[in-house]
Amino acid sequence: MKDQYQNDLNTIKEIMEKSTRFVSLSGLSGILAGIYATIGALAAYYIVYYSKSIPYASFQLGISSSEIILLLIIASIVFFLTIGTAIILSNRKATKLKAKLWDTTGKQLTEHLFIPVLFGGLFIVLLYYHAAYTLIAPASLIFYGLGLINASKYTVRDIKLLGITEAILGVTCGLFPGYGLLFWFVGFGVMHVVYGTIMYLKYDK
Amino acid sequence: MKQSIKKLHKAFESNTRLGIMSALAVNEYMEFNALKDLLAVTDGNLASHIKFLEKEDFIKVYKLFINRKPNTRYKITESGLGAFKQHISALEILIKQHK
Repeated sequence: MKDQYQNDLNTIKEIMEKSTRFVSLSGLSGILAGIYATIGALAAYYIVYYSKSIPYASFQLGISSSEIILLLIIASIVFFLTIGTAIILSNRKATKLKAKLWDTTGKQLTEHLFIPVLFGGLFIVLLYYHAAYTLIAPASLIFYGLGLINASKYTVRDIKLLGITEAILGVTCGLFPGYGLLFWFVGFGVMHVVYGTIMYLKYDK
Repeated sequence: MKQSIKKLHKAFESNTRLGIMSALAVNEYMEFNALKDLLAVTDGNLASHIKFLEKEDFIKVYKLFINRKPNTRYKITESGLGAFKQHISALEILIKQHK
């Protein structure tokens, strides 16, 4: 009898988890996202600093409008590669788990991630408009972190830790003006690889 | 001990009904197909258990149209949530007593 009670409790817990959390999030896509971001950061470093032999974090930094367009193109490529990879790999994992990718939890996750990220993006446009360049990297990390914390209710708990890490990096980044690219590399590159690996080992295998 | 056994509700003896209540307790609502996928049961099986819970007044059915397609949603009622919570605490008490 006692086993039966315990089984019932376990069933209840399992169904509550499964019906509210998006379980198909792929750890491997996190690792790949980190690699894309690292390549993007290296390309940006090359364009802005290396090709002109300017030392990193130099304050006499001048960026031409053609360079800005090039950086925006790199950022867009990284963004769409990341989203595309996440969808393809999560879809594969969903098929394996016999779950639906675009179920209620998938929709909730996307919505709760992108609302803070969207407003963060608009805020960054404002920062650019007001020439507050040193705050662009901190703002992007903080808003991305808040988006992850917000979305973590609908998926594995590791995402909340990743969000907190990104937000802390963002605030720290604000204390070191001129080092935005380095913090971007750590936040979007290294952290995605680290947390992607943890999630891959914990859930994907 | 007898009292706590009394609190185990008969409606939740079936695994499918337990599953339906668990999902509805933590979601604002669930659609028929989502419940079917979640619990991995057949249409007929799910429908009969839903009817049972509906008769007990534990869940409520909402039929609506989304883009002209019929869509059925289920929500837990207040009395359903109360009974379910009581069932969970009864299970916990029983497990403790047997330790």
